[in-house]
Amino acid sequence: MYRETHIIKDGAPAQLIDGDLSEATADGGELVINVGPQHPATHGVLHLVITLQGETIKKVEPHLGYIHRSIEKMCESLSYRQFIYVTSRMDYLSAHINNHACSMCVEKGLQIEVPERAKVIRVIMDELTRIASHELWWGAMAMDLGAFTPFFYAFREREVINDIMEETCGARLTMNYMVPGGVMADLHPNFQKRVKDFIQLFKNKIDEYDDLVTGNIIFQNRTKGIGILSKEDAISYGCTGAVARGSGVQSDIRKLYPYEVYDKVAFDEILETGCDSFARYLVRIKEMRESVKIVEQLIDNIPEGDFQAKTKAVLKLPKGEFYSRVETARGELGVYIVSEGGTTPYRIKFRSPGFSNLSALDHMCRGSKIGDLMATMGTLDLVIPDIDR
Amino acid sequence: MFSLESITDSIQKWLYSTFNPTMVLIIEGAIVMLLAIGLFAALGLTLVLMERKVAARMQIRLGPNRVGPKGMFQTAADTLKLIMKEGLTPDGADKFLFNLAPFVVMIVAMLILAPIGFAKGFQIWDINIGVLYVSAVSSVSVIGILMAGWASNNKYSLLGAMRSGAQIVSYELSAGLSIISIVVLSGSLQISEIIASQQTGWWLFRGHIPAVIAFVIFIIAVTAETNRAPFDLAEAESELTAGFHTEYSGMKFALFFLAEYINIFIVCAIGATLFLGGWMPLHIGNWQGFNHIMDYIPSSVWFFGKTFFLIFLIMWFRWTFPRLRVDQLLNLEWKYLLPISMVNLLVITLIAIMGWHF
Repeated sequence: MYRETHIIKDGAPAQLIDGDLSEATADGGELVINVGPQHPATHGVLHLVITLQGETIKKVEPHLGYIHRSIEKMCESLSYRQFIYVTSRMDYLSAHINNHACSMCVEKGLQIEVPERAKVIRVIMDELTRIASHELWWGAMAMDLGAFTPFFYAFREREVINDIMEETCGARLTMNYMVPGGVMADLHPNFQKRVKDFIQLFKNKIDEYDDLVTGNIIFQNRTKGIGILSKEDAISYGCTGAVARGSGVQSDIRKLYPYEVYDKVAFDEILETGCDSFARYLVRIKEMRESVKIVEQLIDNIPEGDFQAKTKAVLKLPKGEFYSRVETARGELGVYIVSEGGTTPYRIKFRSPGFSNLSALDHMCRGSKIGDLMATMGTLDLVIPDIDR
Repeated sequence: MFSLESITDSIQKWLYSTFNPTMVLIIEGAIVMLLAIGLFAALGLTLVLMERKVAARMQIRLGPNRVGPKGMFQTAADTLKLIMKEGLTPDGADKFLFNLAPFVVMIVAMLILAPIGFAKGFQIWDINIGVLYVSAVSSVSVIGILMAGWASNNKYSLLGAMRSGAQIVSYELSAGLSIISIVVLSGSLQISEIIASQQTGWWLFRGHIPAVIAFVIFIIAVTAETNRAPFDLAEAESELTAGFHTEYSGMKFALFFLAEYINIFIVCAIGATLFLGGWMPLHIGNWQGFNHIMDYIPSSVWFFGKTFFLIFLIMWFRWTFPRLRVDQLLNLEWKYLLPISMVNLLVITLIAIMGWHF
């Protein structure tokens, strides 16, 4: 799998320098370029080894390991309350949703009944996180295509969500708000008002996004017909989230395996059949509108009651295997816990959406131009710590 | 009308009465050189600051506001930093070409400055083939970029340089054709005469719709020629990190950076000269009073006002549009802009021959 240049020879790593042109003429005028681990378009420490013929991509080889913190292994030595916090550092843009998946898995094992109020709060938080995450993606996507201004517009609205989160959860990015049995604290008294204000604001802004980017002819030319991923390929690569839905695969866990109160709210699963970057782009833009719909339905109907179920101080999962899955902003996140009956998981495994989505990149990019690689990678919405745990 | 001609004339008279003619030529050359370099520095600093301020306003930010009043000295501080930085030359680079390239790009930018009329009677070199000279010299800058890309021994640089080569060579055609359409209308290649021909009105307004089309094509083409977004494929930050100047640092990088802004100024100045009447004030038909008031505004203000308006336009593009892909860029030129400007040139020629323009 790894190219020879990566193998450590005589104790010293063989050099892989961008400027080394000797590689270039190796086979038939092919040029090998390293995009990343430090590159403006990879949004993190993703390392892509690209084989080029002129401007045309022959092969894309993602290399991982630059931000591996062995989170799964770390979780094995943390208690069932503690390990949830570590998962905020996986897909840090949907930290809430990661925590949610883990809490749900623990609750499943202990058969804790989560109070209605906590369920609704969780869903609202999830959807706000999804909006925030998609907004960042939207800005970054436009930036990948060379338009810088949308990035700032996206951050303007994302900032409002972060402020709401900060007020209730005490943190802006890694909130650690979900705990087994519910949520950590009750909502801030301002919460409902501020969320409603945000929804009002955001509805106008999202139209602005469409005006600025979606309808732009250059943007459409750059994304339409680029990074084709057929329905069959999307399934066989295990793509989930907007990547799969852009290819017409029903994969919304919120619809397929409803959790919390998702079966009680009305929202649509967005499906596009374009199979290209533009379809994936549209899915995410429309998903933001759906999230707004969900929040709107729930924000006035938060039931009274406990925000957390009564749980024991020390949680011990019974011997067995437990699995839960949620729809994060990037796709399906699965949490698989093997318990030996102790206070810590025996083995834990996360099925992260980014990893499968990234694996389809090579397939999607072959034969296209370098510019298309960025347009395709942008719509995959990669968060590297999620891929490389 | 207020003019700088009297000042330059009196200086010349004084010089001729004091020194012999050869000495006068040398002294005048030195003065012009100093002025040009001074203008360069001033333009570079202003335009970079302007770009940052314009970008900031479009991106709901404030932009530089710490160094000096309203951040006025930010670019000066940046330049100072760049001067003090080490100018690295990569190991595998072709050292001679690598170090030569920024100067080639810079010298080309300086050379094009010569025939531009900054104000009434204020022009360094009123050559009789001014427009031809501009389009000829401006195509040399691509050599500097190719040199930089090749000599860096970096794949990103190489790709950026190759893109830039294809791009500049292609877009020069439609830029040239747009320029020719004004040459056809005014009947001269000399910059001063082109300006003089717009005494009664700017060609943009007098040449009917074809002149407007030529103007739009000119703006698109020069945006591409100066490697500015949405045509910044030679740099393409998200694709090629920094394109052809990836390996440059310190003052050598600053020269590329400066040359980019000087080039923007020059192409906008050419655009203002050809289409918007250069330093000619705005005159409307027989409105004597209005025209008289307009004459009171100094000609240099008119010239710089028009130029900076066009520069703002190009900056506006940059902070609004996404980047094109390389094949789309070439398609746009060869399939759309070039045929349109060719037909447009024919229409303009017809207008000029029949005397249909205002």
